[in-house]
Amino acid sequence: MKRSKDPESQAQPKGLSRRGFIRGVGLSGGAVGLLHPEGEAAPAPAVLGPGPVPITLLVNGKPHKLEVEPRVTLLDALRDRLDLTGAKRVCDRGTCGACTVILGGKAVYACSVLAIDAQGKPIQTVEGINAGGRLHPVASAFVNQDALQCGFCTPGFVMAAKAFLDRNPNPTLEQVRKGLGGNLCRCGTYVGIRQAVLEAAKQMRGGARNV
Amino acid sequence: MSEPNYRWPARDKRRVMGTRVNRIDGPAKVSGRGKYGSDINQPGMLFAALLTCPHAHARVRSVDIKEAQALKGVTAVEVMSGPGTVIQWAGTEVAAVAALTEEIARDAVRRIKVDYEVLSHAVKEEDLKAAGGRSKPAGEVLVGDPDDAFKKADVISEGEYGIPVLQHCCLEPHGQVVMWKGDTIEYWPSTQNVSGIGGDLAQSLSIPAANVHVRQDHVGGGFGSKFSADRWGVVAAKLSKASGGRPVKLFLDRRTELEIAGSRPSGFARIRLGARKDGTIIAWESQSWGTSGPGGGGVAATQLPYVFVNIPNKRVNHTGVITHTGPARAWRAPNHPQASFLTCCAIEDLAAKLNLDPLEVFDRNFQYTARPEVYRAQLRKAAELSEWEKLWHPRGQAGPGPVKRGLGIGVATWGGLGHASDCRTTIHPDGSVEVELGSQDLGTGTRTVIAMVAAETLGLSVGQIQVKIGDNRYPPSGGSGGSTTVGGVAVSTRKSTMNALQKLLEAVAPALGVSADQLEAVDGRIQVRGNPAKSLTWKAACQKLGVKPIVEMGRNDPKNPMGMISQGVGGIQIADVSVDVETGVVKLNRLVAVQDCGLIINPKTAESQVYGACIMSICGALFEERIMCQQTGRFLNADMEFYKLAGIDDIGEIIVHLDITPEHDARGVIGLGEPPVVPGIAAIANAVANAIGVRVPRVPLTPDRVLAALEGRRA
Ligand code: FES
Ligand code: FES
Repeated sequence: MKRSKDPESQAQPKGLSRRGFIRGVGLSGGAVGLLHPEGEAAPAPAVLGPGPVPITLLVNGKPHKLEVEPRVTLLDALRDRLDLTGAKRVCDRGTCGACTVILGGKAVYACSVLAIDAQGKPIQTVEGINAGGRLHPVASAFVNQDALQCGFCTPGFVMAAKAFLDRNPNPTLEQVRKGLGGNLCRCGTYVGIRQAVLEAAKQMRGGARNV
Repeated sequence: MSEPNYRWPARDKRRVMGTRVNRIDGPAKVSGRGKYGSDINQPGMLFAALLTCPHAHARVRSVDIKEAQALKGVTAVEVMSGPGTVIQWAGTEVAAVAALTEEIARDAVRRIKVDYEVLSHAVKEEDLKAAGGRSKPAGEVLVGDPDDAFKKADVISEGEYGIPVLQHCCLEPHGQVVMWKGDTIEYWPSTQNVSGIGGDLAQSLSIPAANVHVRQDHVGGGFGSKFSADRWGVVAAKLSKASGGRPVKLFLDRRTELEIAGSRPSGFARIRLGARKDGTIIAWESQSWGTSGPGGGGVAATQLPYVFVNIPNKRVNHTGVITHTGPARAWRAPNHPQASFLTCCAIEDLAAKLNLDPLEVFDRNFQYTARPEVYRAQLRKAAELSEWEKLWHPRGQAGPGPVKRGLGIGVATWGGLGHASDCRTTIHPDGSVEVELGSQDLGTGTRTVIAMVAAETLGLSVGQIQVKIGDNRYPPSGGSGGSTTVGGVAVSTRKSTMNALQKLLEAVAPALGVSADQLEAVDGRIQVRGNPAKSLTWKAACQKLGVKPIVEMGRNDPKNPMGMISQGVGGIQIADVSVDVETGVVKLNRLVAVQDCGLIINPKTAESQVYGACIMSICGALFEERIMCQQTGRFLNADMEFYKLAGIDDIGEIIVHLDITPEHDARGVIGLGEPPVVPGIAAIANAVANAIGVRVPRVPLTPDRVLAALEGRRA
């Protein structure tokens, strides 16, 4: 389990350029969010806590002020403090992807990022990309292709797929199979998910992108 | 007017049933809007955490909770296994804490001091000889004269096979939010038993069942493990009460979920078959064993031979092995996947020994099944879809090169019918329609199926039906087990909507100048039969109700399904694998599933059931297994890194063929949750044997086991 701080949050509080992001990371999954280009020195960390500390999270375009202990994960902050329960807690240690959110443009496992380290970067959750009752093309493709059963893994898959398609707008089936390897489903919805990601790619290339 | 004719409309008359409808709760789920029990946040909610026992077998001497109680932010501590309790498996709940935050609750748990007298444990069952006093023989079943038949047999084939304990591993862990305030309980569990779980909780707390209100919109997997309130439900309620009635959230962490919240029994067997040269089996002998945990258990003795039940001469023995491990729960098609695996492997080995095509041997022995013609037709179809003729080769003759391809067969059966279900339909004067059942949708598409049946009956579109499930204040429906949900809710919905429609027709008949029995509901209108010119729109018709809605009930009585639902299906799967004999890695190329299924209400979600079941079988065949450590008594891989599930790249291509025919359709609705999860493991194991030329006796077919089998070692 990686609980290390992400030095980028201090080094680049405004978030990464798209190019830097493409250069730095693999295709999907939580480990991705924790990688940083070599040579970028992390500044000395400020000591915080152990009691609750004030933080501000930029979630779905809005700043949220909250007080959490430094050990609280981004996932628990979203779910327990902000009632954004789309991201699910399943393994709670960076294996299953059910908690996937997009942090500074990258898919990350929210269970493996501390809330205090998620400050300063935009955080997109599944609620955010489907705001206003309008489904994001990835989400609606999941419905069309019946890429869900119990649906507990689904928000994580939707977010992983969105992040994947943002970087690979025209993927092959083979790339989809590799690119979404960071998420697990117990009900066995992978056949639909493969089709959904391809359908969404087509839709989004056709201009249906809404975020 | 006499009782309506509830029977399903003829196939060519159906407008909604049988079409491919997107699941109606899809948008709520894909957008993160849908709330599962573990998503419930209530004002003033507390978080609870459990202290569990690290020993597989121990007696609790004392539990000291003082320091936990003293921690700031802790509101209540409950001891669940007090002094004197004998713990029978690791992970057993010992105490629980409620606190303002989950972090504080976990800190408090660490401050609880438990003194255990550690007792000796046994957690393994793979080796029956080592089980000693833990063995519980079930008694012999003898049919015909197996000894004589073995003497007469042209060939005797013998093998040993094993399938380990698997876990349910629901992605949403077991647990609940619960609020016990005054004498009533608000209860948001994660359950497959909305109508029943409240009574279960009430009983444990000695309060009236009527005082427990259960709500659940969505559930993140159950697979047979989420029927009862469980000890965590009871303790969460007590913590709530002790905290002045504040709501408490308690969901199991992943380790505990895997350790104690559900497993399926293992199945091991030594099997001897006696057969004629042409592959006809004349004698069966099996000694099987396995564990369900502290009770012994294993795959029920009556399950072997599987499907081929009428083999004339049989000697069947089974021994349950007691282990100090988390107890088994029903697991999607209890007993069947294991029994299918054990039986189909033995038959495939017989075919290989006789140098016969297993297609032929299975076909020949279908005479011993309840539905030979169904299986024969399915096998032909599966063979065609898997390109058997082109791709199959005799065992071990996969040609040169390190990657060997092979094909294998698995066979299934399942019951069905429908559970008890009551449904209430309300037609409002403004035309809106509510259909209410105390049921649940496990992801199988239950909501959508209810909406489709109602829409079909009322001549409306699916979007015009408001389906309300997931609340025990709705009319009761059974728990979702045994693939009985679709049968139960389809019939109750059909009857209730039809009863309501009849009332509506009676109300509008005077306006259309005919008697009610001359009216029908089609395409959003109430019209004189076959005469759209003489009609009212649905809305206009409902306005005739004045101010009083129609409220009508409908019931599925499991003892009298009225020919609308049925039971007994077959299913055949053929796997196509490639095995690298240098690395031992098995890759699934293709899994073909041919499944008979009765009347299919929604082919789209029905297919998803089969796809999902196939993928679950791939998990079981190649990845999943509970690994117990005899040294520590612990479940070593109780996490999701090492309790492995297949990922999106591990499943190859899956071909689903639903056997939709007029004959099957005429049988009515049959549940599909369980049957397709049965044959896959057998098919994959047989495909690997066919590819590499030797039997890998135990699944999952991990590289080490494959290499060991190739070297003639036991893995
Ligand atoms: S819950 Fe975060 S990866 Fe599983
Ligand atoms: S849909 Fe149930 S876990 Fe993926």
